[in-house]
Amino acid sequence: MARSKEALVLLLDVGPSMHSILPEVEKLCSMLVQKKLIFSKNHEVGVVLFGTEETNNELEKEVGGYEHVFVLRDIKVVDGDTVEVLHNLPRGTSPGDFMDAIVVGMDMLIKKFGQTNKGKQCLSLVTNAQYPIKDPSEGTKVDQVDMISSQMKAHGVKLDCILIRENPIGSAEQSVINENELLLNQFSKKAISKIVHVDSPLALLGALRTRSISPVTVFRGDLELGSTMKIKVWVYKKTSEEKFPTLKKYSDKAPPSDKFATHEVKVDYEYKSVEDPDKVVPPEQRIKGYRYGPQVVPISSAEWEAVQFKPDKGIKLLGFTDSCNIMRHYYMRDVYIFIPEPGNRKAIAAVSAIARAMKELNKVAILRCVWRQGQGSVVVGVLTPNISCTDNIPDSFYFNVLPFAEDVREFQFPSFSKFPAAWLPNALQQEAADSFVRRLDLAPSGREEMLKPDFTPNPVLERFYHFLDLKSKQPDADVPPLDRTLKRITEPDSDLLSESKPVIDNFHSYFELKENPKRKKLSRLAWKEKPSSSNNENGADGGASDIQRNLIQDSSVKVEKIGDLNPIQDFETMMARRDNPKWVAEAIQGMRVYINDLLEKSSKGETYPEAIKCLAALRKGCILEQEPKEFNQFLFHLYHKCKSPHLLEFLKLLSSKNITLITKTEAADSDVTEEEAKNFPLKSEPSS
Amino acid sequence: MDLDPQGLFRDDSDSEDEFRLDRDPTKEMVVYLIDASPSMFDLVGSDEDKRSQTHFHVAISSISQSLRTQIIGSSYDEVAVCFFNTKEKKNLQDLNGVFVFNVDEREFLDRPTAKLIKEFSCIEEAFLSNIGSRYGIIPGSRENSLYNALWVAQALLRKGSAKYVTKRILIFTNVDDPFGNITGATKTDMIRTTMQRAQDAQELGISIELLPLSRPDEIFNVSHFYADLIGLEGDELAQFLPSAVERLEDMKDQLTKRIFKKRIVRTIRFSIAKGITIEVNTYALIRPTSPGSVMWLNSVTNLPLKTERSFICADTGTLVREQPKRFHQYKNEIIKFSADELSDVKKVSDSHLCLLGFKPLDLLKDYHNLRPSTFVFPTDEEIFGSTRIFIALHKSMLQLKRFAVAFYGGSTNPRLVALVAQDEITSSSGQVEPPGMHMIYLPFSDDVRHVMQLHMTVDADVPHATDDQIKKASVLLKRMDLKDFSVCQFANPALQRHYGILQALALGEDEMPEIKDETLPDEEGMARPAVMNALEDFKIAVYGENHDLEEEASSKKGSGADVSKKRKAMAEAALESANHDWADLADSGKLKDLTVVDLKNYLAAHNLPVTGKKEVLISRILTHLGR
Repeated sequence: MARSKEALVLLLDVGPSMHSILPEVEKLCSMLVQKKLIFSKNHEVGVVLFGTEETNNELEKEVGGYEHVFVLRDIKVVDGDTVEVLHNLPRGTSPGDFMDAIVVGMDMLIKKFGQTNKGKQCLSLVTNAQYPIKDPSEGTKVDQVDMISSQMKAHGVKLDCILIRENPIGSAEQSVINENELLLNQFSKKAISKIVHVDSPLALLGALRTRSISPVTVFRGDLELGSTMKIKVWVYKKTSEEKFPTLKKYSDKAPPSDKFATHEVKVDYEYKSVEDPDKVVPPEQRIKGYRYGPQVVPISSAEWEAVQFKPDKGIKLLGFTDSCNIMRHYYMRDVYIFIPEPGNRKAIAAVSAIARAMKELNKVAILRCVWRQGQGSVVVGVLTPNISCTDNIPDSFYFNVLPFAEDVREFQFPSFSKFPAAWLPNALQQEAADSFVRRLDLAPSGREEMLKPDFTPNPVLERFYHFLDLKSKQPDADVPPLDRTLKRITEPDSDLLSESKPVIDNFHSYFELKENPKRKKLSRLAWKEKPSSSNNENGADGGASDIQRNLIQDSSVKVEKIGDLNPIQDFETMMARRDNPKWVAEAIQGMRVYINDLLEKSSKGETYPEAIKCLAALRKGCILEQEPKEFNQFLFHLYHKCKSPHLLEFLKLLSSKNITLITKTEAADSDVTEEEAKNFPLKSEPSS
Repeated sequence: MDLDPQGLFRDDSDSEDEFRLDRDPTKEMVVYLIDASPSMFDLVGSDEDKRSQTHFHVAISSISQSLRTQIIGSSYDEVAVCFFNTKEKKNLQDLNGVFVFNVDEREFLDRPTAKLIKEFSCIEEAFLSNIGSRYGIIPGSRENSLYNALWVAQALLRKGSAKYVTKRILIFTNVDDPFGNITGATKTDMIRTTMQRAQDAQELGISIELLPLSRPDEIFNVSHFYADLIGLEGDELAQFLPSAVERLEDMKDQLTKRIFKKRIVRTIRFSIAKGITIEVNTYALIRPTSPGSVMWLNSVTNLPLKTERSFICADTGTLVREQPKRFHQYKNEIIKFSADELSDVKKVSDSHLCLLGFKPLDLLKDYHNLRPSTFVFPTDEEIFGSTRIFIALHKSMLQLKRFAVAFYGGSTNPRLVALVAQDEITSSSGQVEPPGMHMIYLPFSDDVRHVMQLHMTVDADVPHATDDQIKKASVLLKRMDLKDFSVCQFANPALQRHYGILQALALGEDEMPEIKDETLPDEEGMARPAVMNALEDFKIAVYGENHDLEEEASSKKGSGADVSKKRKAMAEAALESANHDWADLADSGKLKDLTVVDLKNYLAAHNLPVTGKKEVLISRILTHLGR
């Protein structure tokens, strides 16, 4: 399909002033190609560098000029090599001329596609525009831009500029940058072009949409202001969460020789009746049941269909209200955008008039929307104005879904003023907090806003795709640490912290925090993600776990103690040691201590299953080694212990698992009859 | 169990752990004590327009309505229905004049069931013949039916610890002086014992409430007897009656809504700066309500089904038992991931919530939203001093009009969040907005879509509204103002309909209840001349005078062109389809050898629908050929 065949030429400035930020440019561009490899395999990409030492482009060969522009890769369908190439961009030595690069890029696109593929071609320019461009042979620079941009328009080529404004080096004059910016802006007069300013490496990573999703309208039709007045609108999603990719389940069952194996795993659902678990009920014999009190009411989908709520498609205005009536935290989900029907001048004017009036009066509109016919629900939401600041973009609205009465839970919270004075800040503390809030400013005047959602990439996704690429080269690669640049999303900016250190220290000195000593233990468990298993409570086990560690490394090491990790295995290994008869006694003793500990530690019986398992192992071992008395004594000991009420549960579990005394038949040394064993623990007392 | 299989109400961004919070152990136990004395059966309210009804009917219908709401709202609460001043008796203590109403498969005090509601709603018809009504307290007898009733109710409420269960007795009566018929020592004695009984109950943690039913000509006088019973004093006495009436109405008009108990979603550590970490609790104040759990039943037996899931290897068909590894295709290769690796990838931050800085509120744009916000409230439970820091920041943020940007590093879905401070707002009816911060989930650049760029054109001049147009729009805005709009004033019609249908089916009602769709625009208000004029003015300002005519013309033109195009296509199709001998092909069964295009030509030529798969097309042609 023509739709999928998008072509993109990356125009990358690799001149000396760009060197500091090139690692991020590499990351950005390789991520872009990587995503194309996954989501749009048919897209074509070319790479043009400028500011290089060498020159390599067709225009130079054909007509001369265009020096220091290097075509790194012709326009080709994306592949793994492109990712590699972009990972290792050469550092250039000469000042780059972005205008030359644009012309070369245009030339490549025109030669490749001619008059076809209009509107699906794009030039992406990444530069800091610190070097002046050459004067054209005739006319002014502006004329040159106009000429190029009309060419672009004729061929349906878009231009995306990412202008980096970081650490301007001394040699670059502000006037040069300003002129270049003006020239780039000039492009948008005739062609479709966009300029994005970034001033941090992080924003650069988020500046280019790495995955292109062709937006689909949610709704096209009338926004009904009343029965007589309608505005034609199109509704799109403005935000939509890009999820972590769903990975397929892998099956290794197929023989390695099978080259066409998909290795996929199918998930099969079977429905079985509760009363007869062997009988499978065919899917068509199922019916949905809804809870009504303790009962379940079966309702077939046909019945449901007949009576269900089915509103008519349409968007209706309920009215306007003051924007302060709608608090920000009532927004329920991802956001929609309402744009006037493209090309419909009346609609554009109507939307513009209402949006601007809303802005002026600080009002918002309340709408009721049914996007599709046959949809089983309605949404009520708030329409807010989105005034366009450029001439060729019409005004539009944002739409946020609001909750229904059922969705709001009216929980009561105490007023802060009712808190004890010890919980409230005093004047000095408040002052410290004020200056803290003022100082830790992410949007200082004169700089670009930091962590702007529009330019902040999702660190998890970035990391995943990076890892994916890593694994494709090296299947046993470890998960890479989070990229340094991306760390600025998850941690406070170190520059900002050091700049505001006095304020933070001041803040720190005014407030005192103390862990609640009573809750200490609990809290540690509650907020540590994974209580590490080596963190043994009683120090005596320290040695045991050391042994465990050794065991994992070298299985031939002799086990001398029952550890926490694999008590049963330890026990069995010890019992099996033949180098000294003392090990059997040691093992039995160790196991007894271990089981005792387990029961002591337990508060709600969570260790019981483990204890039962150990006990079963002990029993088995004692039979094997013909040590019935050891076991029987221990069991009696447990039995007495279990008489205390909180261990009663354990006793019940014991009998349900058929763990009882070792009888004469099992081990000759035992003096317990079968009868006695069976009745244990009901009446017997130790007879030895 | 499958929650909402149609996905109508689902918000996929909702993490599942928040959904699981529905069930809650704290519940309520209520005993409804309904006076069944003859005076309750007197007709009242003989107004012209209102049909006269008995107080008994009022009581029954309010309780029945309240039960219907309750069974959906908090179906784990338990109720008992008990009449006093009856002829018959039915209670565990075998006391006279008290009748506990119940249905099969249910204890006296138990969760409400459909059957209970159904039979209770129509109890009136046969009440007098089956249970009967008579005054229990009459001169000459030592019986005290009110005392007995309280005794029975108290006995019913014996189960469950008062710590975890709220226990209430609700008395419905129109007799303000139950001991008016008797005099002397017997009377004082009876009053004393009854009071004692009530006091005993109250000491056991049972609250006794009264819902008096007044006759129009004779106001219920609380001070005769009941004020002392329920412990009213001073001012409360004067306000009691109006508030009681209100409560009775509330019982009837309650919104059917699942009730959620307040509970903490998570307790998290909020790191403010190096060395300063406080503790906060998060709550879900706003979440889309799903219609409740759905379970699959066997349509033959109506017994629940168990879903079993098994993994099957697509290549060999063998059962995969162990937790399979995951893979992703990349560069035509299979890249495998273990579960640990994946969870490591997702873990990008060690802390729960990490403050990054502050921004002015106007930088929080309307499109910076992804899912319902979460409420954050401080706690000093584990770290002393948390609340103080939280409140200090809260105040500063409110005063400086800033919000905090923080990284919320959960293990499932780490996100940037905005923390917006909210000051407490109270009204006469209580707290409207609790004080605290709302955590708003911010999109990443990957989540924001640039729609406008899609429609960016170079030459199309894009008109922005003129000042006159904006002025007309402003007038319209002012005319169509929703005065006290509150965010949650609408009930969800789909949900209410769902509950309605469920109730109708469960109770075997014949008619489906009509649910009013509150979300429809106020037609009447819109039709007011002032609004209509403003709308018309605005329309002319932006669309011009003859808009409707132009529209009509253009639509006509459009349809005209369409028709001619269609006709042309049909003619072409007829020409094409003439290349085949259709009857012959149909007979020999060779239609399936033709291409879909050929088949569609035939269909188009005969003005038949051309949609569907190939088989559908063939069968349509066969039908048309009469075969």
